[in-house]
Amino acid sequence: MLTEQLRYIAPELSLLCFALAVILVDLFVKQKKVLPVIAVVGALVAAVFTIIMFGSPTSEAFYKMITVDQFGMFFKLLILAAVILVILASNKYVLNFANFQGEYYAILMLSAIGLMLLVSSINFISIFVSLELSSISLYALVSFLKNKSSSEAGLKYLILGAVASAILLYGMAFIFGLTGNTCLTCIAEYTKDMPVANLVASPVLLIGLVLIIAGFGFKIASFPFQMWVPDVYEGAPTTITAYLSVASKAAGFAVVARILMTAFGMPVWLHTDWGVIIAVLAALTMTVGNIVAIWQTNVKRLLGYSSIAQAGYLMVGLAAMGMAAKPDAVTSSGLLFFLLSYTLTNLGAFIAIIAISNKINSDNIDDYAGMAKRSPLLAVALTLCLVSLTGLPPTAGLIAKIYIFTGAVNQGLLWLVIIAVINSVISAFYYFKVVKAMWMTEPKSEEKVTASWPEWLALAFCCVLVVVIGVVPGIFINFTQAASKMLGI
Amino acid sequence: MNLNLLSWVIFLPVIGLIVIALWPKPSQKAVKWTALIAALAAFAVSLAICFTFDRSGSAIGHMQFEEKIPWIPAINANYHLGVDGLSLPLVILMTFLGVISVLISWKIQLKPKQYFIWILLLESSILGVFCSLDLILFFLFWELELIPMFFLIFIWGSGRKEYAAYKYLLYTLVGSAFMLAGILSTYFITHTFDMTALAGISITSSFIPLSALFFLLIVGFAIKLPVFPLHTWLPDAHTNAPTAASVILAGALLKMGGYGMIRLCVSMLPQVAVQYAPYMEVLAVIGVIYGAACTMRQTDLKRLIAYSSVSHMGYVLMGIFALNQVSLAGASLQMFSHGVITGLLFAMVGLVYDKTHTRDLNNLSGLARQMPVIVVVFSIAGLASLGLPGTAGFAAEFITFAGSYSSTVIPGMQIFTLLAVFGVVLTAGYMLWMLQRVFYGYPLDKYNGVGDADKVDMIAIFAVVAVIMLVGIYPAVLTNIINMGVTPIAKLIGM
Repeated sequence: MLTEQLRYIAPELSLLCFALAVILVDLFVKQKKVLPVIAVVGALVAAVFTIIMFGSPTSEAFYKMITVDQFGMFFKLLILAAVILVILASNKYVLNFANFQGEYYAILMLSAIGLMLLVSSINFISIFVSLELSSISLYALVSFLKNKSSSEAGLKYLILGAVASAILLYGMAFIFGLTGNTCLTCIAEYTKDMPVANLVASPVLLIGLVLIIAGFGFKIASFPFQMWVPDVYEGAPTTITAYLSVASKAAGFAVVARILMTAFGMPVWLHTDWGVIIAVLAALTMTVGNIVAIWQTNVKRLLGYSSIAQAGYLMVGLAAMGMAAKPDAVTSSGLLFFLLSYTLTNLGAFIAIIAISNKINSDNIDDYAGMAKRSPLLAVALTLCLVSLTGLPPTAGLIAKIYIFTGAVNQGLLWLVIIAVINSVISAFYYFKVVKAMWMTEPKSEEKVTASWPEWLALAFCCVLVVVIGVVPGIFINFTQAASKMLGI
Repeated sequence: MNLNLLSWVIFLPVIGLIVIALWPKPSQKAVKWTALIAALAAFAVSLAICFTFDRSGSAIGHMQFEEKIPWIPAINANYHLGVDGLSLPLVILMTFLGVISVLISWKIQLKPKQYFIWILLLESSILGVFCSLDLILFFLFWELELIPMFFLIFIWGSGRKEYAAYKYLLYTLVGSAFMLAGILSTYFITHTFDMTALAGISITSSFIPLSALFFLLIVGFAIKLPVFPLHTWLPDAHTNAPTAASVILAGALLKMGGYGMIRLCVSMLPQVAVQYAPYMEVLAVIGVIYGAACTMRQTDLKRLIAYSSVSHMGYVLMGIFALNQVSLAGASLQMFSHGVITGLLFAMVGLVYDKTHTRDLNNLSGLARQMPVIVVVFSIAGLASLGLPGTAGFAAEFITFAGSYSSTVIPGMQIFTLLAVFGVVLTAGYMLWMLQRVFYGYPLDKYNGVGDADKVDMIAIFAVVAVIMLVGIYPAVLTNIINMGVTPIAKLIGM
């Protein structure tokens, strides 16, 4: 019986096989170039499995630990796309690592497996285990450069991450104590019949919910749990920063959405209560992220604070889902569509930064001076992604913001949308600081900056999709609406 | 048969810019001629639209040349284009100014390829704003014009160009932030983004008070028009922008604010417009008088013209919020005529600066002897600006004042009109004084032999003079079209 259910985790199993293959092949070959090839092939195979499973009916496996549904498949595809693009972008960057270049790819894939299981988990236990699987892999990856800043970043991430996981587990324990179950749908059965009128009347539920939001708040870089982001983003290898900012955040939002909408989705008072909490946190997160970003001079730190702000916009979509009296397609899919656009945009920006810093070995915005002369295509790509992060046409960023804010206004969160659009204006200032440095200042040296063909491929993929989603978003919106149907409870 | 002429008008400059962008190592001549052909093509299509525009009475209240394709069905946003009497003159204005600005940029030396790419993109986005009938599409084109203008000021500007570019960008973004909130609130209340549908229905809202919705929508347009006290970006942006960007900025970009006010704020929320008209009129009169007073004190030629724009757009605001068919028609005509006149003024300032390398009124004197052609055209532009009969300025201002004076929407409208008419006197003051200081008087030896307008410049500036004269002598060529557009809007207010 259980072995029949193994096909439900076919993507993860195939990725695991290829990860182990990478480790084994690394032992025997001298030519390390073959390892990223194996890794990309593994991710592609897993993606093929995911696409095949996209159409299958929703089912549960392994005693209701894992589910197979469109929502999970969407996020798996997003994570796999992120992994493939990061591996493509890393092929020159790994030369910065003294040794363990092969293990880098393997641990990256193991982290991806953890994230893929995370987005499909419907039980607290499996959520926690997959979260730890991906986090522990990331702790190792963040300190891969083995220099002072990277090791410090890794240690910070480890300690803070461990504390966050502990808090999360404590919250889960409270909920288990209250309801007697760890599976999300079983908890839903309990909460929807609770004889209390609001959250404050049930202290155990309140504490459990708050601790769970706090534990995941660390992962999605929400205020006030965002302090680790700038230091870790700055110290980690840039490829891992890219991966963290995209895949880890997407998976974090996926599991938060799933827990909040499934386990705490009914009755009405419960989901409006956490909707209000998330809305307030969203306003604070985006404001803090945007305002502190203005002073940054290191481009990785700047993108770190920018990703805190983008987490704020994402939480607007999450809050809208919470405030929804009855689910409608636009509100439920706003979060997913914004994550799709954010993944492509942020990865594009980071790949351009990786390509540039491979050459100039610096992450200071001042050293990006005159990049438009030294490498026009990279400058154009980075400008396009920064424009998309600001939310200007004709990029995906604008459509995503319009879409997620429409959903929010429809649920009565106009105040939050006004705060969000003003924050978009503030963000224009620091994004255009980088644009200004690239296009307007004189370059420090006349050397051309080139990139290897895998980096170009990944960058082209991201940039083309950013513009396509910005101009013809219809298909992608339909895709995310199909994926979010199961959130309509 | 629908030839999709409006899509052609909007995207012909985009095709031009793609050709320029993809051309490997183009020569300067290739870039300039491609840009000129794209701009002329767009102008030709807009003239075709003008000639085939149905001017019969049965077409009043209907959009013409409509195109509607579903775009984002999830939120009921469509690719919906159309023109009526209100937007057609502005489309023709933009395409005309597009040709003019390419011609006056003919001698650009710094990075011509990128320069013309940004100019063409700017033209496309402004045309998109005037043709859009869907709020999301309108917002997208509105935001799209920010990027080319930012780069044009930032890279090819002069003086404090970085400061001016950032100020322009951030100021306009704040306005559009509020506009987006207003648009999304409108969608929540009415469940449609279609501007033609919104103009007809009466909106009641328990979501936010209608005054709040009006405020959200109008802030962005008030920054653009500009309305005192949100005008402070304009002098810096205009003064420090390159000549062609100033021409487009003054000529077309400011009109986006006026157009938005009429199309969104007045058409959608007529009763709220009536309620707030007195306040807007106060701001309009302050804009006219204060703008003119500030202009008097300027010693930088370009900054002088920039402040005069603030003053003249005060007439537009006054005409709009007199909420009367004649005054709305006057405001629209003023938008067109101010566009060509101030466009010409900025082009002339650019020419003077090219020859003498200074814009400081203290350093210029007696240029009439040294550059006769420039003097003649500059004087014609100045006289048109102050409203000399026979020029477009007079036609527009007269219709606006006649309409506002006879407006019954606000009590005491006559006083506002009289105060604004005083602005004409001030305009005459600063214009004639400026012309006297710069061109008449004792010629200075250091400007001997600086040269006059060359053939390319002359084609551009005489074309604009011709348009100013045409509209001045026979304004019906435009007012026939404009009336078709404003009559239904005036009906909404019950005038």
